[in-house]
Amino acid sequence: MIVLNDVSKVYHIGESEVYALDHANMRIREGEFVSIIGPSGSGKSTMMNIIGCLDIADSGQYLLDGQPIEEYTETELAKIRNRKIGFIFQTFNLIGNMTAAENIELPLIYQKISREERKEQVAQALEKVRLSGRGKHKPNELSGGQQQRVAIARAIASRPSLFLADEPTGNLDSATGREIMELFHELHTQGNTIVLITHDNSIARQASRSIHILDGKIREVAR
Amino acid sequence: MIAQSMKMAWKSISSNKMRSFLTMLGIIIGVISLVVLVSLVSGTTESVNSQISSMGSNMLTVSIKDDKGSPMKLADVTALAEDEEIEEAAPVAQSSVTASSTYSEETASVYGTTGAYAGIQDLELYAGRFLKNTDVENHTNVAVINAGLATEVMGRMNVVGETVSLNGVAYEIVGVLAARDSDSTTTQNYEAYIPYTSLIRLTEDVSSSITSFCVSASSEDTLDHADTVLTEAMMGRFGQDEDAFTIVNQSTVMEAMESVNNTLALLLGGIAAISLLVGGIGIMNIMLVSVTERTREIGIRKAIGANRGTIMMQFLIEALMLSLLGCVIGILLSWTILQIISAAGGSDTAYALSVGVVWISIAFSLGIGVVFGIYPANKAAKKRPIDALRYTG
Repeated sequence: MIVLNDVSKVYHIGESEVYALDHANMRIREGEFVSIIGPSGSGKSTMMNIIGCLDIADSGQYLLDGQPIEEYTETELAKIRNRKIGFIFQTFNLIGNMTAAENIELPLIYQKISREERKEQVAQALEKVRLSGRGKHKPNELSGGQQQRVAIARAIASRPSLFLADEPTGNLDSATGREIMELFHELHTQGNTIVLITHDNSIARQASRSIHILDGKIREVAR
Repeated sequence: MIAQSMKMAWKSISSNKMRSFLTMLGIIIGVISLVVLVSLVSGTTESVNSQISSMGSNMLTVSIKDDKGSPMKLADVTALAEDEEIEEAAPVAQSSVTASSTYSEETASVYGTTGAYAGIQDLELYAGRFLKNTDVENHTNVAVINAGLATEVMGRMNVVGETVSLNGVAYEIVGVLAARDSDSTTTQNYEAYIPYTSLIRLTEDVSSSITSFCVSASSEDTLDHADTVLTEAMMGRFGQDEDAFTIVNQSTVMEAMESVNNTLALLLGGIAAISLLVGGIGIMNIMLVSVTERTREIGIRKAIGANRGTIMMQFLIEALMLSLLGCVIGILLSWTILQIISAAGGSDTAYALSVGVVWISIAFSLGIGVVFGIYPANKAAKKRPIDALRYTG
């Protein structure tokens, strides 16, 4: 369902060209739990931006569910991000002046789902991350782990075909990190596709497959 | 979607109360100055107009500066009414006297005239009668007093048959004029009307040569005809010298007054509109700050599926909400201010919120919200999600 064919992304820094992604080829099937691992500056973030349809490759082809992403307009990309991709960020990226429930509701509003359905899906998502009863709290009233669970609930609520997590445990202590990882395993066993980007080997090893990336080049390591 | 955007806009406005209020203050002050100033001017115009038209809007006033050796006599004035364009004609001479009774004493204006004056000036009687031609012929010491004089000097309105003393001479009161709500001069000025012939005897300022008189046209529409007829008659009398006399046409006075007031309203409205504009710049300024501050939020929204239009809408609605909220508060405050001014000014000055200017200020605020909101909103909408997400303010 995710196919990268010869994808390159070039940044121009002064006169020199830096390949953040250098003719990368990759394939992730539906229902897989894949980790993308590499040191900082290796092109992980660029990879995540391209897979997440936040950025477009300079050359090559990216197929998401068979759809060639580079041919889409900005508005269509927004729609794809909204319906197909559930983002989970290192810094949680919740909106500060909205409650947890409102944050979870936001992608559903953009999906133009009716108010009753939204309410139901928000409640279900909160239950899945074991935060029922915390819906009315603002992000700053929640612990880091709870905030990340709200972020995961936000991704769950929009019912995406791909969960895309960027260092989801990076800002958490190891115990809370483990709880978050458990949630990812749960999502995986429920049949969801998960792509987890990390620099941490112990996290990466929990995935069913790891893809190593270095200097924009992919070296796949089968499990 | 719009309902959602409004909810979000309200959230953002209410989470920054002080800042939102200060931003709105520009619009509030602009709207207040626009609405209050224009309402004041149009209120004044109305009150001036009603005062002018209460004097009779089919009236011409003639004053003679140089009689060329053939002064107008009482009979000459009365004779003017024989022309079919002219309804009535009455001489007017004015003097200042001390009016007194056992109750009180005031300085009053006394007018020497004839019975026709009441019809020309459209005077309304509260009690009794106006002057009659026999009073004029017989030099009778009778007086008709206005409501102001009756209440202040006589102590009450119903004083027909009693005696008022003008400069020590006793006059029998034969009529009292009614007070008019629309015209405060009926109660605030002290006036007495006596036969023209009696006034000649009362004061040395007035002689039998008439220097000022008023005529009424047969109808308001024929005022200009009457003006022409009268001008011809006067030109004939004073040897074709147009500088010997002046004719004041009531409708010209009203038109002049109106054009002055309209210019004033336009001028004040223009100044107020500038302050509204400044308020709009304030909105744009704060919206730009808000867009920068919320770069990360915009990034998050875009990442989870907001497109350009959604973001644009959200910020535009926020700007519109600020300006319209300011506008509503401004209108309410204007209403309060006008009520206070009206109350302080007494019955004389009833300044109502002028509906036209309320609509103008709403339209103006709407326009300002859009014009000054669209640039920041577009700036927000154009942000690339990856840059916005990476932003650390």
